[in-house]
Amino acid sequence: MTGYYASILQGALLTVGVSLAALGVAILLGLAGATAKLSGRPLLVGLSTLYTTLVRGVPELVLMLLVFYGGTIGLNHLLALLGIKATVDINPFLAGVLTIGFIYGAYMTETFRGAILSIPRGQMEAAWAFGMGRFQTFVRITLPQMVRYALPGFTNNWLVLIKATALVSLIGLKEMTYLAKQASSATREPFTFFLFAAALFLVYTSVSLWALRWLDRRFSLGVKRSAA
Amino acid sequence: MRWDVIFKPSSLALYAEGLLTTLGLLLSCLAVGAVLALLFALALTGRNRVLRTMVGAYTYVIRGTPLLIQLYLIYYGIAQLEWVQARWDAVWPWTHFKDPFFCALLAFSLNTAGYTAEILAGAIRETPHGEVEAAQAMGMTRSAVLRRIVLPSALRRALPAYSNEVVMMLHSTSLASAVPAMLDVTAAASRIYSDFYLPFEAYIAAAALYLTVTFTLVGIFRLAERRYLAYLAPRAH
Repeated sequence: MTGYYASILQGALLTVGVSLAALGVAILLGLAGATAKLSGRPLLVGLSTLYTTLVRGVPELVLMLLVFYGGTIGLNHLLALLGIKATVDINPFLAGVLTIGFIYGAYMTETFRGAILSIPRGQMEAAWAFGMGRFQTFVRITLPQMVRYALPGFTNNWLVLIKATALVSLIGLKEMTYLAKQASSATREPFTFFLFAAALFLVYTSVSLWALRWLDRRFSLGVKRSAA
Repeated sequence: MRWDVIFKPSSLALYAEGLLTTLGLLLSCLAVGAVLALLFALALTGRNRVLRTMVGAYTYVIRGTPLLIQLYLIYYGIAQLEWVQARWDAVWPWTHFKDPFFCALLAFSLNTAGYTAEILAGAIRETPHGEVEAAQAMGMTRSAVLRRIVLPSALRRALPAYSNEVVMMLHSTSLASAVPAMLDVTAAASRIYSDFYLPFEAYIAAAALYLTVTFTLVGIFRLAERRYLAYLAPRAH
């Protein structure tokens, strides 16, 4: 019996791994998307708008199945076209990380875009007046200040992302939910094991919430909040 | 790409059946969820401390755990409890726990109730205090203040956040496909994929259906906001 609990705990490590890796992908895509949306170049604006609209209009699960099953066939098709006689199986970890990252990149794009727009324009003008380039301005001026504006939306996205990792179990990644389901059918005690997995998710989201609140306080030092 | 398979009458019928299930699930869980959410929101903003703590804990747990696990807990988990096992052959309402649609509906309703309760509670807390004070000065009772002053403006203020929740819920109904014997849009796509081995076509068709419903919902909410939040819109010059 304890063996099942131990294996679910091991699956928790995989859940943390998938979510953090997906977060990395989402942040990169979000920064790229926000930059593209604010670039003012019609092609980039159009592409990034298409990306955020399409991704946010379709369920995560459908996109995940599309990437996992479609991606496998697409890749093997490509290999066959190239004349390589080998079949590839997409690894569920990679499919999960890439799809979740791709989906939450769209949500991050909107969060980051709003955060960048909240920074007074004079800040960037001052940086340009000092002779900083676009990249330097972004790293030294925009990035440190946008963290504070982006954190509330970021916190939300991160919590939703954590919960979305449970879906990766449906394409066969042996994370918490998958192992809880296996343990359930082996022992015929689904209630116990799903409750255990739910409790682990709750711990994960609670710790994240606590850490991000601390971060929010750090980045808001020196900002006076008007009492509501 | 072989789109002709998707447009075969049998495939179209499968998608249509799936769409009906998806919309049926969505509308019923929103209806049940809205009633629960209103009660929960009143508890969250009310004076009863025990009730407030209990509902607060409920929304915290619902919002902190994945819907998929909540669904599994109800669909697979309830069956473990001997107390329910003893009843679900004969005693109402436990007989329903053998019905997958009911289990999915229950999980989705409880889930959206948790999120919507927090949205509504937030909107109620934002009511300008002067309005409530003025109503009390007019001699209104607590329920009259709630009915005439607080709820009409709070429900309006909750609309934008609620429209997000509705779209999220539409997407969440795709989890119903994880329950065997449920045929929603996603499950229809999965069946066409396994019948014809055409994942791209099958899932892209499903995605297009979801996109259409999403845009329709967003459009409806935009109209509703224009109607009910008109007094908050920036003045046109």
